[in-house]
Amino acid sequence: MKTFYWLVKREFWEHRGGFLWAPIITGAVFLVLNIMAIITAEVLGARHGIEIGGSNWQMMIAKANEGDLAQIGVGLDVAMLSSMGLISIVMGIVVLFYCLGALYDDRRDRSILFWKSLPISNTSTVLSKVASATILAPVIAVVVAVIIGLVQLVIFALVLSMHHVNAWQLIMLSHPFRAIGTLVSNIPLYALWAIPSVGWLMFCSAWARNKPFLWAVAVPAVLGLLVSWFGIMGLFNLPTVWFWKNIVQRALLSVFPGSNIVYNDRALEASASLGNDNPLSVLSPTHTYTLLASPNLWLGVLAGAVLIAGAIWYRRVRDDS
Amino acid sequence: MNAVVTASGLNKRYKNTVALDHVNFRIESGRIVGLIGPNGAGKTTALKAILGLTDFQGELNVLGFDPRTQRDRLMEQVCFIADVAVLPRWLRVREAVDFVANVHPRFNRAKCEAFLARTKLTPDQRVKQMSKGMIVQLHLALVMAIDARLLVLDEPTLGLDILYRKQFYQSLLEDYFDENKTIIVTTHQVEEIEHILTDLMFIRDGKIVLDTDMEAVGERFAEVMVSADKAATARSMKPLDERQVFGKSIFLFDGADRATLESMGEVRRPTVSDLFVATMKGTYA
Repeated sequence: MKTFYWLVKREFWEHRGGFLWAPIITGAVFLVLNIMAIITAEVLGARHGIEIGGSNWQMMIAKANEGDLAQIGVGLDVAMLSSMGLISIVMGIVVLFYCLGALYDDRRDRSILFWKSLPISNTSTVLSKVASATILAPVIAVVVAVIIGLVQLVIFALVLSMHHVNAWQLIMLSHPFRAIGTLVSNIPLYALWAIPSVGWLMFCSAWARNKPFLWAVAVPAVLGLLVSWFGIMGLFNLPTVWFWKNIVQRALLSVFPGSNIVYNDRALEASASLGNDNPLSVLSPTHTYTLLASPNLWLGVLAGAVLIAGAIWYRRVRDDS
Repeated sequence: MNAVVTASGLNKRYKNTVALDHVNFRIESGRIVGLIGPNGAGKTTALKAILGLTDFQGELNVLGFDPRTQRDRLMEQVCFIADVAVLPRWLRVREAVDFVANVHPRFNRAKCEAFLARTKLTPDQRVKQMSKGMIVQLHLALVMAIDARLLVLDEPTLGLDILYRKQFYQSLLEDYFDENKTIIVTTHQVEEIEHILTDLMFIRDGKIVLDTDMEAVGERFAEVMVSADKAATARSMKPLDERQVFGKSIFLFDGADRATLESMGEVRRPTVSDLFVATMKGTYA
């Protein structure tokens, strides 16, 4: 257990830039863009003599009914979580390339000879890398997103209080704890959902003698094209769309957080039918975790486990350094 | 004496070359063995087999373990330095020490820090900021702090200047080696390790062509400097090698009668490099 902790720590040391600084910089850029937008709005507002907020706002809030107040709360929630969207995309890219390099880079620069001189099994090495991709990276991303979201909330509150709006009252309308809980609750699901992608990418990383990226992308893409081609020719009745959606995309794109939502028809329908309710409910565990009932998730986990086992085997026998 | 490494019928082929051809050898505890051979002779393959880094046919026992299946446990007792630049470039000195200290049960942190204190390395320095010699100092400090029974060195001083090379072997002898430890080393800089070796193994085309201890080398091999008039007699005794220096011929004999040799000229012990050159004649032809 102690060894495993240090193995994960080693991954963090090596990939501090991707795991830690990439989400922080993304979040910071996001905040700066927001502040710029606010300043623009203020300047334009002042120039055209439009009074934002002020007593009008205060009156509006006072007169607003419960439904309207809920809407304002929803707006603040969405604003708070919007940085997560951007950070998710960046994290997906980081994890994708991390997995491709995880078992390849040290073979290329021969540092594998140093790691293999220590009494560490190939299984723990590979599993520590899987854990870094599926747990460490999303946990850091969520922590950063939460901090950025709270800062965002504070900035909005400050701006509004400059316009004599009772900021505290506004903040009380949002649901920061629920939003944080929602994000955290999605980490285990992300780990399960991302396993087939992580497995495939790491398998390529351990197996390829060179250019793991090319192999990882080309193999599913060429297979997909072949399936489509046979479909167009009407030779075999192969389910083209099914193949692209359930094999190609699951192998490559499941490392992007939130990619599971697209596959979870039930959750989409459920949140759509709720209409007016908080759009955050798309991410809420009561909806996202209905995915646990879908065979797609579990078949993916199974495929990922097989691929990871393959990666461990190739980690042992590939002898090209 | 107990054997640290026993190999019998060790065999390994790559696609179209034989790297190890039914090799048998035995390495005893407390020895410093030089595994010496021309490029592509199978040295690195033999070391990789010992370290469980490659598959092979035949029997191989390292410290009672089979390196193919019990590698994780074997590596607690075995250390290796495979050529210089294998430390990852992003690693810092502090991180390297922390990591090894926490994953290696036989690592002595205080010892490692004492070794590092003798160098110019600083805790926050990254491997990519170090010269080759400094990388080796770091690697050696890590390895010497591990109480292992077998140390495998594959070209450990390749590309280092002579100061680092001398210091490397000196540290190994003074601060590391004792009767419970065994060192296997391959290198092309034979002259530098000649005086520290206790055993010598020559490998050529996947076969062990010479396996002896250094004392036996002096008894078995002899070099005689013969003047031109006696050269024909010397030649008739089937020398391993002949070369000319200052109008005299130097002959290298294997197992020739000492008294006869002394009657022909000055006899001395051949250097390992001369022996190597004589044994490997025609390797690249």
